[in-house]
Amino acid sequence: MTTVMLRDLANARSGDKGNRLNIALVCRDPAHFSVIAAQVTEARVADVFASRHPTRVVRYALPNLAAFNFVLDDVLEGGVNASLGLDGHGKSLSFLLLDIPIQLEADDPRATRGTQHQTV
Amino acid sequence: MADTVFIGGGAGFAGDRTDAAGPVVDALAACDGPRFLMFETLAERTLALAQLERRRDPARGYNPALERFIAPILARCLAAKIRIVGNFGAANPQAAARRIADVARQLGLKPPRIAYIDGDDLSGMLTPAELTARETGGSLLAGTPDIIAANLYLGAEPIVQALDQGAEIVVTGRVADSALALAPLMHVFRWQTGDWDRLAAGTLCGHLLECGAQITGGYFADPGHKDVPDLANVGYPIAEIDAAGTIVIGKPAGTGGRVDRQTVVEQILYEIHDPAAYLAPDVVLDLTAVTVAEIGRDRVRVAGARGRPAPETLKATVCVDGGVLGEAEISYAGANAAARARLAADIVLARMRQRAPELAIRVDAIGAVSILGTSGTVPDTGASGSRDIRLRFAAQSAVPGAVDILLDEVEALYCAGPAGGAGVRRHTRPRLASASCLIERRFARPRAIMLEEGA
Repeated sequence: MTTVMLRDLANARSGDKGNRLNIALVCRDPAHFSVIAAQVTEARVADVFASRHPTRVVRYALPNLAAFNFVLDDVLEGGVNASLGLDGHGKSLSFLLLDIPIQLEADDPRATRGTQHQTV
Repeated sequence: MADTVFIGGGAGFAGDRTDAAGPVVDALAACDGPRFLMFETLAERTLALAQLERRRDPARGYNPALERFIAPILARCLAAKIRIVGNFGAANPQAAARRIADVARQLGLKPPRIAYIDGDDLSGMLTPAELTARETGGSLLAGTPDIIAANLYLGAEPIVQALDQGAEIVVTGRVADSALALAPLMHVFRWQTGDWDRLAAGTLCGHLLECGAQITGGYFADPGHKDVPDLANVGYPIAEIDAAGTIVIGKPAGTGGRVDRQTVVEQILYEIHDPAAYLAPDVVLDLTAVTVAEIGRDRVRVAGARGRPAPETLKATVCVDGGVLGEAEISYAGANAAARARLAADIVLARMRQRAPELAIRVDAIGAVSILGTSGTVPDTGASGSRDIRLRFAAQSAVPGAVDILLDEVEALYCAGPAGGAGVRRHTRPRLASASCLIERRFARPRAIMLEEGA
């Protein structure tokens, strides 16, 4: 097995509505849909954002689009009209998701082309 | 009936580029078929700010950049029969329509037929208590006496009426963003209530265009991972839609940016919650069967939107006074900067515990931790090994003067804080808080009104 970062395999985009954040996660190569489905679970994403204490994390899978939509409740400190922080929209937060390490089979083409990989 | 309708996205938010629509208009003018240019310039907060402005001056309350959006493209749009649909009317669509008529006069153009839409404003129709009873997902409105703005998200119907009456320009206040594109499609293709899949396709088309460059390479670039050519001159999108509801997204030739599966799918899911149920006033859009195909350079086909009957209620955004936000910053640089910044934060927090213990304070260390920290904790100023830290303090209060105590304490660091404190900036600004309500449709009174010539 080889470890790559999620950002080697996928794109992410944040959006907000009030105190709710959504992050679209789009596989760059649709062939990675199942490996990402298996590893980027609701529990794992809740872990990434634990310091923001999400009250609910839901993942919607969109196989036609080779994408996922994550919805995280109550992670924006009240949202753009209430947060004291600089990013009340949560626009920067998609890049936290992309920092998740992903295990790939050693024969996956991305396993040798990823920017940050190591054999484990 | 036309085979294909062309809709360009001229702006994606109130502060968007005012020169972006030019290349879109040039490209639309060369297209063969009904052509429209849409401007989406109205976020939740924007409308409440516009309501406050209208209170101060009854002739204002529309998007302050209206003239800068319209003037560069008005003559070309009228000459090429490109009809304009925009929500830049904000809190005062009638005044915005008059302003556009003025601009046309100043440019020496034949007076255009301009319609404006009203009926989204709920103020005076429902009491604060009645709005409170309809609030969803929170309880902000409970006990709030003063509603600054309460506006329904109207659907496409009144815009269709205006286009049916021959309007060359339609100015709206609050409508669903997607209705700005759905309405022209309903007007041309005669899609009706009940054609749920096609209304869903039109809603998806609006959703794809409503953020301007976010589908053509904006909000996307990540150098080395996701490169975008000539982002400085990114082209804004043009959608081509057929009568079956198939959408092709492209952009003007010669502009920067990129349109491909990745940019389009990111935007399909932007600000979506349940992809099977995106609620709009005209239809419930189901994205789960949508497919995306690259069919040429910077051309992507989107198909498969499915629709279900529209929700029984309409969403409204209600804004109330949110007090005052105060922010102050000070910098520490060079040797041991992180420790001096940390000492400064500790001093301010100690002083505030003595002077205003009830005030919640946020501290960020720009250059180390400015986004990922959480309120109520002191950031690790040494986190990045930075020798250049800008501390930022923020607080919010409904009590006049309360946040000034914090700003005064930050400024006092100049003489009484750690060595080398530099560059204090401080400001306060009023804040608006917003809540969502679900409102019965009988309270919506959408109307399309033609501006009389010479008005």
